[in-house]
Amino acid sequence: MCGIVGLHLRDPDLYPRLGELLAGMLCEMEDRGADSAGISVYGDPQWTPQGHGALTLVELDATPGEVAAALGAEAGAELTVTALDTTYLITGQVESERLLAAARRVYPHVLVGGFGGDLAVLKGVGSPRELTERWGLRGARGWQGVGHTRMATESAVTPSGAHPYAVGPGQCLVHNGSFANHATIRRELSSAGVEFDSENDTEVGARFVAKRLAEGYDVERALKDLCATFDGFYTLLVSNRDSFAVVRDAIACKPAVIAETSGWVAMASEFRALAQLPGIEGARIWEPEPEVVYAWNRAEVPA
Amino acid sequence: MTTRFDLTRTSLREVNQALHADGLDGEFVIERPFGAHSVAVGVNAPVKITVNGHVGYYAAGMNQRAEITIDGNAGTGVAENMMSGTVVVKGNASQSAGATGHGGLLVIEGDAAARCGISMKGIDIVVGGDIGHNSAFMAQAGRLVVRGDAGDGLGDSIYEARLYVRGSVASLGADCVAKEMRAEHLEELGGLLKSAGFEHDDPAAYTRYGSARQLYHFHARNTSAY
Repeated sequence: MCGIVGLHLRDPDLYPRLGELLAGMLCEMEDRGADSAGISVYGDPQWTPQGHGALTLVELDATPGEVAAALGAEAGAELTVTALDTTYLITGQVESERLLAAARRVYPHVLVGGFGGDLAVLKGVGSPRELTERWGLRGARGWQGVGHTRMATESAVTPSGAHPYAVGPGQCLVHNGSFANHATIRRELSSAGVEFDSENDTEVGARFVAKRLAEGYDVERALKDLCATFDGFYTLLVSNRDSFAVVRDAIACKPAVIAETSGWVAMASEFRALAQLPGIEGARIWEPEPEVVYAWNRAEVPA
Repeated sequence: MTTRFDLTRTSLREVNQALHADGLDGEFVIERPFGAHSVAVGVNAPVKITVNGHVGYYAAGMNQRAEITIDGNAGTGVAENMMSGTVVVKGNASQSAGATGHGGLLVIEGDAAARCGISMKGIDIVVGGDIGHNSAFMAQAGRLVVRGDAGDGLGDSIYEARLYVRGSVASLGADCVAKEMRAEHLEELGGLLKSAGFEHDDPAAYTRYGSARQLYHFHARNTSAY
C-alpha cells in the first residue's frame, strides 16, 4: 500500500503549524504501511536557515562533530550538523550542490536524503509515530511539507528504500504504487550517466523527473513525460522549493484525495489524513483524474 | 427513536456491532466519521442510518434492507456487494462504488470515480454527475444510470446489465454497444430516476448501452469447452 501526504501552505499564519499538521496527516496514514517513513520540510528557519545551503545524510557512521569537520574542510565553509534521529542535517553558508559534492568525496557510499536551500529531507526505518517523535517534526515550521509511510513491495526495508526520493536540488518525490518497467528506464538513465543510490523503483521515477527538470522542462511537462514513459501503478506527489504537484497513472487504482482552501492545498492517500486540517469543512475536495497533472506554485511571501 | 453515535467517542467496532443487533429498528445517526473506513457495513435490518460527514472505504458495504444516507463524500467501494435497501451519497464517491452489488439502490448525487458498478450483479446505481473509466466492467445484471458523462471503457465485457447515460461516453469497452431506447426502457429509466429523486429528467435524453453478445463465451459453439 504505502501512504502519502503533502501540505502546501498559502496562508503564512499557518507556517508555524506546518510540522504539527504534517505529523498528524502522516501518522493517520500509518495503517497503510509502517515499515519506514520519510518527510520533506520546506522552510523551517531553524533546520534550514534562510540563505544557507542544506544537505541531509542518512545513517552515517561518524559523529556530527566529525562530519562537520570533514565536510567543512572539503567544502571550505563552517558547517552545522544536527542529528535528527539517524539523519544528519548539514547546513552552512555554502551552496547545497557544493555540500553534496563534498559529501560524495568524503563519504563515497553515503545515503543522501536530499539537498537544496530551505529543504530538510529526513528518513528512516520504523513507524511514522516513532519517527515523527524522534525527528521533532511537530515543532517544525515552514511553507510546505511532504510525507511517506511505506509498506515495502519492490525493494528491501532500509533507509535507502524509504521515501521521499529527493535527488534534484530542492526536489522531492513520494510514490504510492509500483513501476513495472523501472529496470529498463534505469538502464537508459544509467547509460546517460545518471547514478543511483538504491534498487528502488521510485528512485528511477525521481531520477527521471530530476533529469527532465534539469533539461528545462517544467514540472507539468516532466510529469506528462513520466506518464508516457513509465508503466505501472502510481500516485505521485512531486514538490520542489516553490511547487507542489500530483499525478496518477491511467488506471488510477492507487488512491489520492486533494483538498484546497484559500489557506492551503493538501493531498493524501485517504481523506482521513486531511480530516483534521483547519478549514477542511469548507474545502473543495476531489479525487484527481488519471494522467492529469495538478500543480500549484508558491507566491513568494516577504519575510 | 433516534440513536446517536459520535465516532470520536465510540469506536467503529462498537458502532457496527450495535448496528448488527438482533431485531434492530429505529433511526441512527453517526456523527464525525472523519473519513473512517467500514462505517455501517453489514447492516441487515429495516432501519434508517444517517452518516454526517465524509467516510472512507467500503461504507455501507453488504447492506441489506437498511436505508443509509451519507451526507458527505465516500471513499473506495461504497455499498460494495449491497444485497438490498438503499444507500444515498450526497457528495462524490471514489472508485468501485456499488462493486459486485446484488440488489438495492445506490444513489450518488455527485460524481463517481473509476470502476463504478464493476461486476454489478443486480444492484441499481444512479449517479447524479459523471462516472470514471472502466465503469460497469463485467457488469452482469442490474441498471446503471448516469446523468452526466462516462469515462473510457464503459461496460467492458459487459453481460446483461443495462446502462443509461445522458451525457457523452469517452469510449465504450469491448463488446459494449449503444442500443435502442424502446418503450420498456423509457419506463424502466423513468422509474429509476424517480426513485433516486431525479423525476424531472427526460428519459428520452438518455442513451442505453449494453452487451453486443459477441464475446467468446456468448457463442454456442464454444459451450463444449466448459
